[in-house]
Amino acid sequence: MDCSESLTMQATSRRALLLGGASFAAWAYLPKFARAADGRDPRFVTIILRGALDGLATVAPIGDPDYAGLHGAIALKADGPNAAVMLDPFFGLHPAMPEFARMYRAKQAAVVHAVATSYRDRSHFDGQDVLESGFPGPGRVQSGWLNRALEALPKGERVTSALAVGPTTPLVLRGTAPTVGWAPTALPQAADDTAMRLLDLYQHRDPTLASALTQGLQLEKQAQGDEMKPKPGGGGVAAMRLVARGAAKLMAADDGPRIGALAFDGWDTHANEGGPVGRLAQLLGGLDGALAEFQSGLGARWRDTVIVVATEFGRTARINGTEGTDHGTGTIALLAGGAVNGGRMITDWPGLKVANLYQARDLAPTTDLRAVIKGVLHDQFGLGERVLAETVFPDSAPAKPMKGLVV
Amino acid sequence: MARDSQAALIALNRFGFGARGGASGDFINAASDPRGFVLAELARPNGALLEVPGLLSTPELGKQVFDYQFEIQQARNAAKAAQQGASETPPQDAKPQPRHNLSLSTAAKEIAGKDPAMQPQAADGANAAMTPSATMQPSTMQPVAGPPKPPAQPLNIIQKTFRAEALARLQRGVVADCGFVERLVVFWSNHFCISANKGALARMWAGSFEREAIRPHVLGRFSDMLKAVEQHPAMLFFLDNQQSLGPESRAGINRNRGLNENLAREIMELHTLGVGGGYTQNDVTALARVITGWTFAGRRGQLGTPGSFVFNANAHQPGPQQVLGKTYAQAGIAQGEAVLSDIARHPSTAKFIATKFVRHFVADDPPPALVARLQDSFTRTDGDLRALTTALVQSNEAWQAPLTKMRSPYEFLLASGRLLARNPEDPGRYLNGLNLLGQPLWSPAGPNGFPDTAAAWAAPEGIKLRLDISAQLASQLADRFDPRDLLELVAADAAAPETRRTIERAESRQQALALLLMSPEFQRR
Repeated sequence: MDCSESLTMQATSRRALLLGGASFAAWAYLPKFARAADGRDPRFVTIILRGALDGLATVAPIGDPDYAGLHGAIALKADGPNAAVMLDPFFGLHPAMPEFARMYRAKQAAVVHAVATSYRDRSHFDGQDVLESGFPGPGRVQSGWLNRALEALPKGERVTSALAVGPTTPLVLRGTAPTVGWAPTALPQAADDTAMRLLDLYQHRDPTLASALTQGLQLEKQAQGDEMKPKPGGGGVAAMRLVARGAAKLMAADDGPRIGALAFDGWDTHANEGGPVGRLAQLLGGLDGALAEFQSGLGARWRDTVIVVATEFGRTARINGTEGTDHGTGTIALLAGGAVNGGRMITDWPGLKVANLYQARDLAPTTDLRAVIKGVLHDQFGLGERVLAETVFPDSAPAKPMKGLVV
Repeated sequence: MARDSQAALIALNRFGFGARGGASGDFINAASDPRGFVLAELARPNGALLEVPGLLSTPELGKQVFDYQFEIQQARNAAKAAQQGASETPPQDAKPQPRHNLSLSTAAKEIAGKDPAMQPQAADGANAAMTPSATMQPSTMQPVAGPPKPPAQPLNIIQKTFRAEALARLQRGVVADCGFVERLVVFWSNHFCISANKGALARMWAGSFEREAIRPHVLGRFSDMLKAVEQHPAMLFFLDNQQSLGPESRAGINRNRGLNENLAREIMELHTLGVGGGYTQNDVTALARVITGWTFAGRRGQLGTPGSFVFNANAHQPGPQQVLGKTYAQAGIAQGEAVLSDIARHPSTAKFIATKFVRHFVADDPPPALVARLQDSFTRTDGDLRALTTALVQSNEAWQAPLTKMRSPYEFLLASGRLLARNPEDPGRYLNGLNLLGQPLWSPAGPNGFPDTAAAWAAPEGIKLRLDISAQLASQLADRFDPRDLLELVAADAAAPETRRTIERAESRQQALALLLMSPEFQRR
């Protein structure tokens, strides 16, 4: 790849985030069918886990004879203290995720295992660009798949409330469809008159800044009067819950956004990843709390909600020399929400024998993540197969939308 | 000499930290000889070094952290022992409350009560509450009926050190003539970034890492900077190399542990060759083996002075390794130094560095001819960064390209401080502003550092926050200035008529100053 291209991607794909590595952004419009006659008012949220989640540590193939040897000291166990929660006789869920386990039992959550994007190298930044852009390879960072999906949806009224976001939009939601976001701060506001004068100056001198300021001012208005103001710079785990809570509150409102994206940083567990307790366990607890916040915050709207949790790639099947895992390939995606056809492990399990590992090193991917997301977008919003294969995920026709993911 | 105001704006903003206020005469000096104004700083011997009384070396700082952590551990152990003697264990069936369907206020209480991250923080680099702003008061996050606030804690040694290092860097930036050398320091420090959020040692060492591994080499040789960085305890800690053991090394066998390829990968991907720079997974793994044993001495100093770089032969993977098609048979530390030395001179590195350098200073889409020239300079001079830097300043492209980049939050806050002649005595205001604007000092979200494109810093929320910060600054300081005079110091006749008119017609000095700080002349570079 050309060197200068890769630089652009690095510079734009990993944005500095206010909330200790957690952010939320959403589509600025309601889909037009939001108040359709059947009372169904679908919500969709994607949560991007940046840094590469260890899928084998989160949903462990405890029944696979090679798992315990590969994952060594940090492998989950089916019994004993801090045992995994068995989702079926083969797979156990990390004990730090009781809320997800509960949702799974209630058939409102599902796991897709041995999944990957089309990216097969091991650079975080390229991997995230592929995951979020939806293009088959790195190098395309102008727009994200969720933004292009929005463009295919009928546009209704503008959303009128907003909460909690970092000062930047994650790539997955970047593009021409307008998005909203908001930074949690109560810095004294500049006077409206000053803002208007500045806007006037920008309109004459600097159209890019004029557009940015216009949007920034709208967001601030929408967020005013909100009593919950998360404190910037808090720890990552607390930030996950706070951002999710803000996002859920916003998305529960009748005039709030229906489609949003969150990004959580910090999953790059090279050393001392920990097993049932430890570093990854803490992060998973934060993610679990975030999912619970969505359920409680969305209230009656949880029924119509699908949350897709995805990461850029997985980690090595065998732990490295420092009780962590290095960059790998196959991993998991999680689905949660009242609209999920859940209580299921969705996987074509490749096995963990060395010969079955990708490059004798990583969990081999057997499911294309794009098929999962396309299936959800098709079922939730009625997006057609063609627009999904050509526009939302360009050149993805062979990865057909997975059927039956949504109730 | 003729005055060239447009070139002065480029000299001050593209290359420097902006014009200083008062009687500095920066704009006039820059206008009379723009290139000379920028290059003058390069001529000062050791001009990039930051030697301030009270700032300690990395081993000295390391020892303080080790001692501090040891004390805390001792105190904890003592407390635990005392408690175990005094109380029963809690009943086994005490289940946690279900967390779903809580009301917002209950949930807030729960978080506030339990999660250390939500507790009021002492004023610390990443989490501090230092500007007088409502959200930044910890109490805002406390629910009305929340737990009582613990008394304010005095700063610990790590927070104190971070603030002292930050203050020294900020003060240097505020007083520098043009600020070009400081801009170079910030560029290279971001290229070879660590994050203070990695842990206590990283926070303690963030400043000394830059002083010791970056500053001595910003006008020196790239290969020297590379070696200094990869052998610095802060980088070894940040990217886990102190934990990486050769699988067949004595320590690896004894402890049944092995490689961690984190540092090796980022050396190739982020520090030298760049993605697509011609290396494979096998090269990454081989380099990881080569640099096993590169670590720092711990508290007890078994390997050397605590907190200093050491080569631990017991952890080093024995035998030759092949990296990028070449076999390295050297023993010990020489093996890794030989690989780094070759990678530093690799054509991909020259291209990667030249591109990134031009992107930072000139344009998001760097002019290809200029990149090629700098790449050539890098190759021809064996990575002489003074030659690279001079070639940039001497190029025509750097003076002709329109000012399309945005000042980063750090550049914006420093430029404001320079114009308003506020040499800080306390770093809190700056640190807090950087946190708000998404560029917390020495704490990027990943090892690729902070973004470097205009779009990244011109996001809607970011611009709105800059306006709020400008308005706040102006409300406190505008009485001391005539904004029209300040415009002369910032841009003189390079100011657009619309900008001039907007400032002249403002309803108050406060408003005028806020608008000046937000004008394209002040935000773009």
